[in-house]
Amino acid sequence: MTKQVTLTIDGQQVAVSEGTLIVNAAKQIGIDIPVFCYHPKMEPVGMCRQCLVEVGRPVVDRATGQVVMEDGKPKIQFGAKLETACTTPVSDGMVVLTASEKAKANQREILEFLLTSHPLDCPVCDKGGECPLQNLTLAHGAPASRFIYDEKQHADKRVPLGDLIWLDRERCIQCARCIRFQDEIAGESVLAFYQRGRATDIITNSEPGFDSIFSGNTTDICPVGALTTADFRFGARPWEMKAAASICSQCPVGCNVTLNTRREAKSGGKVVLKRVMPRQNEAVNEIWICDKGRFAHHFTENEHRLATPLARKDGKLALVSWDKALGLVAGKLADAKGEAVVLASGRLSNEDLFNLKQLADGLGGEALLYTQMGGGELTTAYGVPAGTNFAEMGIGTTILVVASDLYNEAPIWYLRLKQAAERGATLILANARETKLEKYSQFVVRYSYGDEAETICGLAKKAHVGEAITSAENLVVLYGSDGLGLDGSSALAAACAELVKSRAGKPNNGLIGVWPRANDQGAWELGFKPVADLKAVFQKANVVYIAGADPFGDNPELTSRIPHHASRIPQHASRSTHPAPFIIVQELFLTETAKLADVILPAQAVTEREGSFTSGERRAQRFYPAVPARGQSRADFVITAQIAAEFGLELEGRFAARVMDKMAATVKTFAGISYRELAETTEQWPIVGRGDLYYGGTTYENKQGLGVILALSPSPTGRGARGEGKPLRPDEDHWLAVPVTRLYDLGITVATSALLKARTGGAHILLHPDSAQKLGLAAGEQVELNGNRLEVRLDPTVPVMVALVPRSMGVPIAGPMVAKIKAA
Amino acid sequence: MTEHLLLCHRDIPNLHKLAVYQQHGGFEAFKKAVTKMQPGEVTDAVKASGLRGRGGAGFPAGVKWSFIPNNIWPHYVVANADESEPGTFKDREIMESNPFQFLEGVAIAAYAVQANVAYVYLRGEFWPVAAELDKRIEEMEKAGFLGDKLFGTDYSLRIHTHLGAGAYICGEETALLESMEGSRGQPRIRPPFPAVYGLYGKPTVVNNVETLTNLPLIIAKGAGWYKSLGTADSAGVKIFSLSGRVKKPGNYELPFGTTFRELICNCGGGIIDDRPIKAIMPAGASSAFIVADDKALDTPMDYASVRALGADLGSASVIVIDDTVSIDWVINKTLHFFKHESCGKCTPCREGCYWMLHLIERIEHGEKTKESVELLRSVAKQMQNKCLCPLGEFSTMAVTTAIERFPKDFGLED
Amino acid sequence: MLAEKYPEEVKKILEKYPPEQKRSAVMPLLYLAQRDGGYITKEAMKDIAAMLEIAPTEVASIIGFYTLFLDEEAGKYRMQVCTDLPCALRGADKFLEELCGNLGVKVGETTSDGLVTVEAVMCLAGCDKAPMFQMQSSEGLEYHENQTVESAMGLIEEIRRKEQFSQQG
Ligand SMILES: Cc1cc2nc3c(=O)[nH]c(=O)nc-3n(C[C@H](O)[C@H](O)[C@H](O)COP(=O)(O)O)c2cc1C
Ligand code: SF4
Ligand code: FES
Repeated sequence: MTKQVTLTIDGQQVAVSEGTLIVNAAKQIGIDIPVFCYHPKMEPVGMCRQCLVEVGRPVVDRATGQVVMEDGKPKIQFGAKLETACTTPVSDGMVVLTASEKAKANQREILEFLLTSHPLDCPVCDKGGECPLQNLTLAHGAPASRFIYDEKQHADKRVPLGDLIWLDRERCIQCARCIRFQDEIAGESVLAFYQRGRATDIITNSEPGFDSIFSGNTTDICPVGALTTADFRFGARPWEMKAAASICSQCPVGCNVTLNTRREAKSGGKVVLKRVMPRQNEAVNEIWICDKGRFAHHFTENEHRLATPLARKDGKLALVSWDKALGLVAGKLADAKGEAVVLASGRLSNEDLFNLKQLADGLGGEALLYTQMGGGELTTAYGVPAGTNFAEMGIGTTILVVASDLYNEAPIWYLRLKQAAERGATLILANARETKLEKYSQFVVRYSYGDEAETICGLAKKAHVGEAITSAENLVVLYGSDGLGLDGSSALAAACAELVKSRAGKPNNGLIGVWPRANDQGAWELGFKPVADLKAVFQKANVVYIAGADPFGDNPELTSRIPHHASRIPQHASRSTHPAPFIIVQELFLTETAKLADVILPAQAVTEREGSFTSGERRAQRFYPAVPARGQSRADFVITAQIAAEFGLELEGRFAARVMDKMAATVKTFAGISYRELAETTEQWPIVGRGDLYYGGTTYENKQGLGVILALSPSPTGRGARGEGKPLRPDEDHWLAVPVTRLYDLGITVATSALLKARTGGAHILLHPDSAQKLGLAAGEQVELNGNRLEVRLDPTVPVMVALVPRSMGVPIAGPMVAKIKAA
Repeated sequence: MTEHLLLCHRDIPNLHKLAVYQQHGGFEAFKKAVTKMQPGEVTDAVKASGLRGRGGAGFPAGVKWSFIPNNIWPHYVVANADESEPGTFKDREIMESNPFQFLEGVAIAAYAVQANVAYVYLRGEFWPVAAELDKRIEEMEKAGFLGDKLFGTDYSLRIHTHLGAGAYICGEETALLESMEGSRGQPRIRPPFPAVYGLYGKPTVVNNVETLTNLPLIIAKGAGWYKSLGTADSAGVKIFSLSGRVKKPGNYELPFGTTFRELICNCGGGIIDDRPIKAIMPAGASSAFIVADDKALDTPMDYASVRALGADLGSASVIVIDDTVSIDWVINKTLHFFKHESCGKCTPCREGCYWMLHLIERIEHGEKTKESVELLRSVAKQMQNKCLCPLGEFSTMAVTTAIERFPKDFGLED
Repeated sequence: MLAEKYPEEVKKILEKYPPEQKRSAVMPLLYLAQRDGGYITKEAMKDIAAMLEIAPTEVASIIGFYTLFLDEEAGKYRMQVCTDLPCALRGADKFLEELCGNLGVKVGETTSDGLVTVEAVMCLAGCDKAPMFQMQSSEGLEYHENQTVESAMGLIEEIRRKEQFSQQG
């Protein structure tokens, strides 16, 4: 335990740990010292001077080393100058005055200085209503300006720093929070000051401008309205908006967010989603989110959302009532019984997946997880247990990341591991290619694609790296599917599990899957099994009930492998001719898969309903409805329960909370969990989102729940640590094409968010410059891969004769494959 | 015995040549320090000499060195040759004409704190000076005064020059270090002081060129001898940079305690056209104004006596103003300077300098109203005690003292 | 590419600083780039950033802070007259005004032949030899002290002759 120091602030005694800054000590007892440049997540710089306070210290007799007493109390000497509360650490016996005449005068006077060059455009400023400068001015500011308006410095008010963030130069108060965030926290120094003195302003020279996937966070911590997002600028006033707690559905991190909504004339009087803001969860995302989470929310309001059930009539999809659709679907399923297959993805909530599984079980059919990544039964057994927090990892902890490009796959984990490494944790990165996080790692293990599991099996015995793993006090292993399909990743998971098995159940130890979807882990917990051969499923099954997955969109080839829909009528003619299954699709959009369906059931988006996700760290977290549901859409778990009810299977279909109760009663790892527990919060540090927004920025305080890490399930039934068959290798004229994940892909969430789409471009592959040269190609030219035309992008980190094929970018790729590539 | 101790090139021709410097005892002091003295003894000698920093703050050099911790390595020495205070031009003369004595001083300081690398940070405009210094450094290396295993001991030392690029603030020691590290030259919060957390986060001694140039004398002739020069609180000799409305501006090396009158009237040959002297700025543009009455003129120039006049001796860049000059015009000049040089890191200086400049321009252009002047004074006061580094405070010194001491020049009755 | 064009200089510069602190070399490298191109081009910024493993934005930021670095083209010769207080007390303002009058430019402007940009600058540590100015060009930086308008015009004439000569040659 760190040493405690006792001091007095405005007459209140407080004991805090040694090294605490005055500003934070005050905050802990509810005293807000105004700050602009100070941010509790960053190194103090003491430059705005807003936080100057009176500081007194006990007088010590030089000769005796004793504190001098006066009237029975220690004699306190105050310095001639005020001191910055944001840079001065507390000391024993210190006396701090934050509201004395001197301190107040300083606050007033610095405020006046700041306002001399600040525009008076609060009425049209995005930050108006949540701006500390405005609040402080209202509280302490002078009634009239002593400055001559004509002498005010005017500056550009509409400066795009890139396509996502705009700068109003006139509003900037030069606190450097944005620059420091990019330098210290994001590790992407793409912002800086230009010029000096009063001319100082913010610039970016990166290409494209403000090239960072964390850029949106700067708009939260900007204490004025200088930085705004292109998405929200002039979108609404903060006080007009409602706030609903949610969980980001873009990746397995499970960032806590708040959805701001407004009913507006502009949108035909509808309540619409205006912005996504981070919500504090120090164990998950702290107070940050990535730009994908912030900007990829437009799918909710997209005009192409499905609004009513549809059923195929005379070969065409036509509107039907819910009753009719449910009846039809239920009839088919009841008939199919054990030959019914449920195919769902980790896009769905725990509740949805639980009901789907119950339905499949009730029918005696299969519940399959639509995924290309395996190993979930191992993360369920050896995952990180309760009490785990990346924030606590530092010296003594080893973190191994295998086959994952966290920057693209789970940006906030990237940030948190970077910070853990900076605190002294040993970071080991194992991958076939260089990824961004390597910059912060102590060890890099390079293997060839195909050797993942093999490499990890041998890791513990390797010099240095092995020691860092075996002798670590804590060991966390994150594995992903960079370059891997289901088989490879399953084998890799098994190899990784071996490293952490002996530590099972110890906080800050265990295995984490870097899943492609937000709730893949939840699906594994609930007993879904991955599907290796989709084609076989469609050939064998009688009814396929697909929820939240688009197998035909992802792999058009699949379509050709099943008989064309038109030829499938009448159905069930004869078993021997492999009739096409009856396809039920539960979706948000008319996906390629939905287009093939017999019945389409419109589902609600995560923003429209209640539910919970299980993050990659196995933290169950609740989300709440923010906007009214589109058309007649219903929540997935509701639809499933209603279908089941039709054939007499009773599932909970009204309250998500009760689904959770049932889950808690029947699924081991959910035992004892309830919505109430998921909604519990405790005091978090730093304190954000209260009246004093400037301290931590506009990140929301978490009042809706911190989530709960699930219990471990001790009996895994995993595959062996070795993959089946020999690893694929490129040779003279055969390329190895491997799948990788990009943050901004062509998935529906990015595709419907115009701003992000600009960062994605079209379908492409990444080649080493030497490889491209071999093909006689330059960047930007086209190649042909298995009949797909793709743009070539050069990347020196890609191994030679290997092609990285981004997932969800228009090229079907389920796993590594040997391919012919040629100039198109 | 020469007349000068620091500007001895004025007595010895070609002192910038290594051979000449050596003929006059050059590098004997450094050799003595390295071969005959423990590093701590060198520090003690400098402490005992009473040598105070010549860069402006007047902090005792030996005391500063003794703050260097011995459990964090490496240590660095950085010579502050940024010399950008308006009215200061002494370090340039030293480096141009008596470079070896300066470099020997750097070497002695480096040995005292056991630094193996020392840097000379020169303002960018001293580009040609730096080019010459580089040659001198090379000559020293060739002659065995720099490099490995000096004088047969285990001590090694290298000196490098580093050029600034036009920023007065880089004279402030922490801004200088930031600049050396390849960042914008903006001051750091102190504490920690450079002695503990300096260049690259390592313990670092930053001393002014003139301060360092004294060191060979102290080591060669002894601390006691040095202390006997000057006054009780200000030991030794000082170079006074005299400029402004005097007949003979220039650098004058005098013992501390010489009076203003002696400097201005004798050395400087009095005022141009023999006009009456009106005001003195003893420390350049950062200075408070001294009303040049008889009492002031007869005040000895040492740290304590000048302070008693309500000003600071600083780096002793004495700007002389006669009765042809209106003080509000002077303020306009100093504020132009500070507005231009404010680094922009902290609010009061960034905004205050901008605001003050606008006000003085308004006043200059005829708005000599009580309100404008009062507003100017109050803005200056409002900046005081709030800034991150002394530059902001400096910018207000002339303003507040000018209005207080020369009210008529601002259209105010006195 | 500076490292290819000036291998000796670049090596010397980098050697001054500890290898893990090569960022310190940014200012000397910027001087080199400026000497090479007259001003610091975007490409040079990227080149230096890559060499020192820092972001191009950081390089731009440093250029912006210091007045001696130029990121856009100016006259080939920049005549920078000190008009700060000590020089001004010795007639620097009048000197500059007359000089500008003779050259037919305003302060900050470049002569019609595009050769000389006349600027007013802060103290150059030449206060006792006012009026004075520094001449900045790709060749470096030179002080000219105890000047008169005549001597300054003479210098400009000399420059003009030299430039004409080099153009012809
Ligand atoms: C704004 C400002 C400018 C300064 N400029 C210089 C300078 O040009 N040269 C210098 O030696 N010290 C300058 N100083 C003082 C240095 O910060 C530092 O005190 C000095 O270099 C220490 O050396 P000394 O102890 O030998 O005087 C300046 C200080 C401030 C606040
Ligand atoms: S006082 Fe001026 S120079 Fe010093 S840090 Fe503040 S803005 Fe920069
Ligand atoms: S100086 Fe303390 S908050 Fe800015």
